[in-house]
Amino acid sequence: MRIRPPATTLRGRLLLSFALVSVLAVAAATGVTTLQARDVVLRESQQAAVSGLRASVQAVGPDLRLPLDRAGLRLLVSQLGPSAGAESSSSQATYAASFGDELVAPSRGPSVPTSIRREARTATSTLVQRVRVDGSTYLAVAVPVVTRTDDSATGVVVYSMTSLRSQDTVLDGIVKASATAAVPVVVAAMILALLVSTGLLRPVRRLHAAVEEMSNGRLGIQVPAVDRGELGDLARSFNQMSRDLHDERETLRQMEAKARRFAADVSHELRTPLSAMTAVAGLLADEADLLPDDIAEAATLVAEETHHLTRLVEELIEISRFDAGTAVLRLDEINLSELVGRSLTARDWTARVDLDVPHELRISVDPRRIDVIVANLVGNAVRHAGEAATIRLSARATGADLVIDVVDDGPGIPSDVRPYIFDRFVKGDPARGGRSEGSGLGLSIARENAELHGGSLDLDEHHDGGTRFVLGLPDVVVVHDD
Amino acid sequence: MSRVLLVEDDLAVRRAVTMGLKRLGHDVEAVADGRDALDSIIASPPDIVVLDLMIPGINGIEVCKLIRARGTVPVVILSARDHDIDIVAGFDAGADDYCVKPASAEVIDARIRAVLRRSTGPTTLDHDAHPAEVFGDLAVDRASLRVRKGGAEVSLTPTELRLLLFLSSQLDHAFSRQQLLEHVWEQSYYGEVRMVDACVTRLRAKIETDPRHPVHLQTVRGFGYRFSA
Repeated sequence: MRIRPPATTLRGRLLLSFALVSVLAVAAATGVTTLQARDVVLRESQQAAVSGLRASVQAVGPDLRLPLDRAGLRLLVSQLGPSAGAESSSSQATYAASFGDELVAPSRGPSVPTSIRREARTATSTLVQRVRVDGSTYLAVAVPVVTRTDDSATGVVVYSMTSLRSQDTVLDGIVKASATAAVPVVVAAMILALLVSTGLLRPVRRLHAAVEEMSNGRLGIQVPAVDRGELGDLARSFNQMSRDLHDERETLRQMEAKARRFAADVSHELRTPLSAMTAVAGLLADEADLLPDDIAEAATLVAEETHHLTRLVEELIEISRFDAGTAVLRLDEINLSELVGRSLTARDWTARVDLDVPHELRISVDPRRIDVIVANLVGNAVRHAGEAATIRLSARATGADLVIDVVDDGPGIPSDVRPYIFDRFVKGDPARGGRSEGSGLGLSIARENAELHGGSLDLDEHHDGGTRFVLGLPDVVVVHDD
Repeated sequence: MSRVLLVEDDLAVRRAVTMGLKRLGHDVEAVADGRDALDSIIASPPDIVVLDLMIPGINGIEVCKLIRARGTVPVVILSARDHDIDIVAGFDAGADDYCVKPASAEVIDARIRAVLRRSTGPTTLDHDAHPAEVFGDLAVDRASLRVRKGGAEVSLTPTELRLLLFLSSQLDHAFSRQQLLEHVWEQSYYGEVRMVDACVTRLRAKIETDPRHPVHLQTVRGFGYRFSA
């Protein structure tokens, strides 16, 4: 399998989404919890601080002699502190008091914020403010001391500054605990995502594997369609498609096989009547001289066409053997120059062809098939290149490989026919009244013969002024004594 | 002029081949099935039999075997069947040549002549005409064309005889199948080399004491055969 960036795979996306959703959920839960807890904790401590300070003021208030000087204020501050109760020590509060502009505050601890002092000077009710001093949060409470008679301001204000450190610690603890709780949640979510993705991906994997098998030619392959959902539907559709393709290919194969068999059968059936015709065709041609002119012509025509038909049927049978895959290579060790020599002599072409073939070249080939190729290539040249053309057959060995060239300097093959020259029933010379001596199967058969040897037969597209065919036969040279 | 027995069931082919061969100087008797053919051979043995394989009654291969079992009349098979197995079966049955239909009268005539030449008169190979050469228990008389093994005359078909004469004319010289095909069968085209193998097998059965371990007719692996004394 290819390595892909995780975000592009289904599994990767699922994992990412699950992780993101779980983190968001935990964060939201933590946020809400923290806010609520903070609210509760702060309200508690605020109430404690306010009620503590108020109680102190009520305790000392009646003894105040106005106006207060610094000493009086100091005394007031000292009375506010420790006597206020157990919780004031735990909340680590510091106290201060002011009268007018005069403020007495302890030398240690946070100073009373000026904003609350300014406000408290005219206020008659308790003021509460949260302030940050030196990185710590404090709750500043200001209680104006009022007269007992008409609740009017006396000008005396007492303050308490309560550290909220312990509350902050509690809140921090809540956040930390929530964050800690988030880890197993996210892990669980990821595991769930993995499980889900594995479940989801198994059918997808199977489909993927099946599609690859299919593209390798194994039509008809089926995948288990166990899933009831969309993936199951997809699997069922795939199976149906696979079966259909398989059936269709089988049908096509059968039709093709039938067509091939038919061609082969037809060719074979033609043989018997052709046998009779061929046996007497020579007789007709030989006796033509003794017949009246038009009858003689008819006799000659029948004889010639019988010959053509015979050849066509032979080549059709040969082709059908290649198509059916029943053509067999019967290797024999032979001398190439002897083979070529015989091939040409048998067809009376020795005088027409210049030979350049090494004498002591023994090759392991199917001699009959090489003879067919040579006869075809030279035959084409003899027929199409013209009387004056030079035809040359040369062979050279490179290691165990053999290359045979058949070149003529005739008019060449028209460029529009060249690409189709190896196709069946394509003739290189349509200008010559349509039908020439060849059946139109010769080159196709020659190429099949070359390919049966594991070799190749090609037309040299770049050869100017004539035609050049190149026959390549790999791994055939046995001995090379030159 | 030779006496040819044509065994062919298809009327048109029978008539045409008869006509063609007659015109080329043969005396042709044509029959339509194997039984008639065997009867005719017994009644008056022809010089050669031209035999179709797909004939009614006894099939061509069987007919060929029966002819071979009874004598040395050469057989040329003329058949539309050109599959390897058919050709090999034909040679294994003892045919001297195999001709695929359609074949012109001239081609059939050429095959007939080539086969018959093997049995008539001294061949060009007999340049040093020793009356009787002896190779171990084997005596080959090139003049009378007789072969004796341990004193008893061996009955060889023309092709077998010609193969033996050719190989024994050059002792210990290896000939390729192709060369043998050309010189013994006179086929200049690339014919059926297994014809050679089939003939060698038959010849061994007749002249070797143990055909599976031949002394005279030795195989040259991947090449052909040679004759040793």
